[in-house]
Amino acid sequence: MRIVLFAAAAITLLGFAPATTQAAGDAVVLEQQEWSFDGPFGRFDRQQLQRGFQVYREICSSCHGLDYIAFRNLEAIGYSEDQTKVLASEYTIEECCDDQGDIFDRPAIPADYIPNPYPNEQFARASNNGALPPDLSLMTKARHGGPDYMYGLIIGYEDPPAEMEAEMMDGMYYNTVFEGNQIAMAQQLFDELIEYSDGTLATSEQMALDVSAFLHWAAEPKLEIRKQTGVRVLLFTFIFTVLAYFLKRRIWADVEH
Amino acid sequence: MSTEKGWGMRAFDWFEERLPIVSFIDHSVGSKYPAPKNLNYFWNFGSLAGLVLVIMIITGILLAMSYTPHVDHAFQSVERIMRDVNSGWLLRYMHANGASFFFIVVYIHIFRGKYYGSYKSPREVLWWLGIIIMLLMMATAFMGYVLPWGQMSFWGATVITNLFSAIPLIGDEIVTLLWGGFSVDNPTLNRFFALHYLLPFVLVGVVVLHIWALHIPGSNNPAGIDPAPQDKIPFHPYYTAKDMFGVGVFLLAYFTVVFWFPNAMGHTDNYIPANPLSTPAHIVPEWYFLPFYAILRSIDDKLTGVILMFGSILILFVLPWLDTSRVRSATFRPIYKVLFWIFLIDCVVLTWCGAQLPEGLPLILSRVGTFWYFFHFLVLLPVVGWIETPKPLPTSISTPVVPKPAE
Repeated sequence: MRIVLFAAAAITLLGFAPATTQAAGDAVVLEQQEWSFDGPFGRFDRQQLQRGFQVYREICSSCHGLDYIAFRNLEAIGYSEDQTKVLASEYTIEECCDDQGDIFDRPAIPADYIPNPYPNEQFARASNNGALPPDLSLMTKARHGGPDYMYGLIIGYEDPPAEMEAEMMDGMYYNTVFEGNQIAMAQQLFDELIEYSDGTLATSEQMALDVSAFLHWAAEPKLEIRKQTGVRVLLFTFIFTVLAYFLKRRIWADVEH
Repeated sequence: MSTEKGWGMRAFDWFEERLPIVSFIDHSVGSKYPAPKNLNYFWNFGSLAGLVLVIMIITGILLAMSYTPHVDHAFQSVERIMRDVNSGWLLRYMHANGASFFFIVVYIHIFRGKYYGSYKSPREVLWWLGIIIMLLMMATAFMGYVLPWGQMSFWGATVITNLFSAIPLIGDEIVTLLWGGFSVDNPTLNRFFALHYLLPFVLVGVVVLHIWALHIPGSNNPAGIDPAPQDKIPFHPYYTAKDMFGVGVFLLAYFTVVFWFPNAMGHTDNYIPANPLSTPAHIVPEWYFLPFYAILRSIDDKLTGVILMFGSILILFVLPWLDTSRVRSATFRPIYKVLFWIFLIDCVVLTWCGAQLPEGLPLILSRVGTFWYFFHFLVLLPVVGWIETPKPLPTSISTPVVPKPAE
């Protein structure tokens, strides 16, 4: 009985804690997708992550940086070391400086981070009608809904409803998921805009799923090892707890209480 | 020549004569500390809090080895910990969620003390030290949350430090001192890091005093009466074994969150680097500050709000005298028992209010909740102590008031 009380108290406190930290206001209901990395044993689908990387590289990367991902990190989504070398060498890095003190260009190596499309924030804003395309490295952890939000946003373009039409600002696009429904980014995904190297048909829904999964990997690259470690740790702790319970019972056997 | 003792025992005795540290520990949390035999599982949370403090200090020191307290590098250095430091993600998730679990454990510990009257004579100083521990925890947790230098770090720091500007005459000077300048900036981050590293060790010191003060009268118990010597059992092995089981249950909950829901108790905005030019739509503190945040925002006047917020904690210092009943345990106090649960619900409501915008229903509820919070302490507790007729107390913790049916 006391254990039940204890557990109930702990669960109650745990239960209201996450719910209360969510600020009021976000009314959009996100469509839940099925992700391979969901659940206690979830894992990334490497094939999907590679497709997602292709979407990022061929579409998103023209405006969005991925500052925390180095080419070497791509080995984690199934590329070989040689493949990451080839991938990296397609990018150019401005290096400071040679023996004369001059900036020079060199091909990227796996240790380099994926170069940002813009040299600075002002340049990025000037190129995008004043808007700043955010870095995508942590995007799925920086928004409520994570990859579901990501998917909903990039697929969520529609014509504005009649009552919104007058409100739409110049250069803004109607989006069902974005807060305030006006987003500076135009719709980017169209069916078969790119051709997947693994032969999957690149519908806009497929691309949105793949790139959202890829960005979730980029935000939480240790997700797999985290869940795998967790299973072992919890199993150990569970056995420890059961043993501790019976030990306690035995020690207390001679106490009338 | 003595033959009954081996050389190991003799060396041990030699050392103990010069520094009796082992018997000191044995008297503190070992076989020489007699504890009431009827402690229930709510008495596990003191040692659990000690365990979490140790986890926080160990993970914290390891994190500090890879963290850079500079506005240009702090956010990035945390991401490097998450991605490149060996098991860095585990250290950070254990530390960040450890803070939440520290407050869960300590809040249960405090409510246990409130239910069973553990603050009453002769344990007032023990209770005071507990409040000081809570205040130190709050300061440490607040400054720790600033260190990753995300949006909520920066804006939380801005809002909370600005509270001190409400103090008349010297308020602005205090804020400048906290900031190390004229806004939350690099000097603020530097001093918060220094203090965040320092305060846990101060905390350890006060915990030692807390345990010392505990050993003068000994532990309270669910019956709230002083146990006779025959109703006490040695802390070790009885309560060490019981605490060990409690540790297991605690770790199951803690690890479940660390490994599967590591960001559930955080705020998404803190994965956006701090930007002094862009204010988040809703600035909310960590969940464990929400009831106090609700009290702060329940009043339009800033100074009154700040006084009420700090007052809501400081009032605990005089709780031993506000509660006029001499019966400790709520088990024998029919009216107080009801008030206790209403007070607990009040705190939960205030927690919910703290996460909402201060308008409409949440604002009304936080006003009612704040009123009830102080009404409970300032009016109900003194009055109920006088008018309530407690149930008959058992003569000893082995004798139940209602005899058990014959078996």
